[in-house]
Amino acid sequence: MYRYDEFDHQLVAERAAQFRKQVDRRLDGKLTEDQFKPLRLMNGLYLQLHAYMLRVNVPYGVLSSRQLRKLADIARRYDRGYGHFTTRQNIQYNWISLEETPDILAELAQVEMNAMQSSGNCVRNITADPFAGRARDEIEDPRVWCELIRQYSILNPEFAYLPRKFKIAVTGAPNDRAAVGVHDIGLRMHHDARGRPGFEVLVGGGQGRTPVIGKTIRDWIEPEEILAYIEAILRVYNMHGRRDNIYKARIKILVNALGIDKFREMVDAEWQAIRGQGLTVPEAEQARIAEYFQPPAWASLRDIDAELDTQAAVDPAFGAWLKSNVSEHKAAGYAIVSLSLKAPGREPGDLSADKMDAVATLADLYSLGELRVTHRQNLVLTDVRQADLKELFRELVRLELATPNIGLLTDMIACPGLDYCALANARSIPVAQDISRHFTAVDKLQEIGALSVNISGCMNACGHHHVGNIGILGVDKKGQEFFQITLGGSSDQNATLGDRLGPALPQAEVPGAIESIVDQYLALRDSDSEPFLATYRRVGIEPFKTAVYGEEPVRRVA
Amino acid sequence: MTQVLTANRLDDGRVVFLTPGGDWSPVLNDARTAHEPVSAAALSQAGEQAEANSTVVGPYLIEVTQADGGIRAKAIREAIRASGPTIQAGHN
Repeated sequence: MYRYDEFDHQLVAERAAQFRKQVDRRLDGKLTEDQFKPLRLMNGLYLQLHAYMLRVNVPYGVLSSRQLRKLADIARRYDRGYGHFTTRQNIQYNWISLEETPDILAELAQVEMNAMQSSGNCVRNITADPFAGRARDEIEDPRVWCELIRQYSILNPEFAYLPRKFKIAVTGAPNDRAAVGVHDIGLRMHHDARGRPGFEVLVGGGQGRTPVIGKTIRDWIEPEEILAYIEAILRVYNMHGRRDNIYKARIKILVNALGIDKFREMVDAEWQAIRGQGLTVPEAEQARIAEYFQPPAWASLRDIDAELDTQAAVDPAFGAWLKSNVSEHKAAGYAIVSLSLKAPGREPGDLSADKMDAVATLADLYSLGELRVTHRQNLVLTDVRQADLKELFRELVRLELATPNIGLLTDMIACPGLDYCALANARSIPVAQDISRHFTAVDKLQEIGALSVNISGCMNACGHHHVGNIGILGVDKKGQEFFQITLGGSSDQNATLGDRLGPALPQAEVPGAIESIVDQYLALRDSDSEPFLATYRRVGIEPFKTAVYGEEPVRRVA
Repeated sequence: MTQVLTANRLDDGRVVFLTPGGDWSPVLNDARTAHEPVSAAALSQAGEQAEANSTVVGPYLIEVTQADGGIRAKAIREAIRASGPTIQAGHN
């Protein structure tokens, strides 16, 4: 994984020292809140419902065991003993004090981590396929490019005051696990006829109150030109994006207003002006960064499918876990293991400090010390020997991190919601807990198959409800929490936005409604192998409306 | 309409309420209540002063009810602010 060089170390240390002085001036009253707020946001510090919240970057979701131990240490010493992994592959602490934040940033710097640009109207943490560098279906490692873009965008003065936040995601695999279609810029890596890599560039995707699937602005950008092309997009957005209305300030609004063709023309004009100059990435620099992401020293092993099948037959719980939580690794004899942070009744994405330490130990013992954070709020061990899977499974069961539900109904994304968030209208976490307690039968979950349920506590859509196969949006109706269901969303390579099912429901009715939707799907699917999304796309929304609301949708007044 | 003044404490961000003695307490029940516009305006003024003194951030009035000697926030959001998350956090 990437290691800080002297410039990174200096930058992060200086930034932490600078913020310490800014905090001192705020506490002394020399800075007003209006003056201080943009400064704290640039360092990832929000003021939420109950306290300050600190969002720490996990660059493109890649984490070492040493870093995870530090995150545990911070949770224990400066917070209430837990942290929350987010849909942007970061971690948030909910109970931070302003006074202690400079100390936390200094602690993070010790393990080459920071909170720079994890908030504010700037380029945020670059996100990626959590299986990057390991997935068997991968054609190019996106981390190299994520790191390059990180270095380019961090404290880039031209883009420190964009009209609004800016999110970039990269996938190097045809199966999109990074949701690139709902990012301000999404990059998909492809090979040309001669097997050389290049980028398809999507622009103007996003969720929030105006959800949009990104449009392809360029089918092909050469790797050495990618920074210049990104700069051209950022510059057009910086110049023409709206600053008069926060709700219309994202790049998706600009792209929609101009149309993709006009927007492309403007980007091209900018690109031609800067093309071939300082932002061309020399091959030597590509190679230098790629060197950090060389595969670890995998042993020469063979796949042991037959042995695993035998173990699974003897131990069905292990078999269920293998089926849903273990993914194919590019190296023979290895596996990628997802740790579910969605045990029944738990808060999606939360992890206690003690378990972070335990997971760090497992990463050292079983995964060459490396982990990933996924945008679905789980953790991943990247390099597990297939021969160790059974032993690791037992350890994970002990930690309640082996719920066999990755990619299944109870692997829900949920934002912090009204339990923590100052923007939320409704509580997301209790809805997720209700659903996970309602659907505990592993056989049933696996029978249902691939199904994403995403829950947001308000229309800002941090819980990705627009792109959940089943989306749940919390709304406030005259002071009461209600939940709006959408169907048919997807964030994969064929991303779509969900369709609204009908009137919002009270919390108590949500699990039953999900069950009705699922039962209808099971009745309508043409075979066991037709996933929910395919059935939905084939039959449309009407049968599901009937399943939830009856033949005549009841008009709810609340 | 009964109101109290709430804010977040500057140094640690905790939710606090203005008390009759002019201090800030993390306990809603300690809050000074205002039952008519004039006294609510006085609360707001005290809040502005505390913000100017860098004691608290973002003071605002919330509606409450008083029953059985206890003060309760009317809106769900304010009830959660006053008493913390409704979930048993930190056990994962």
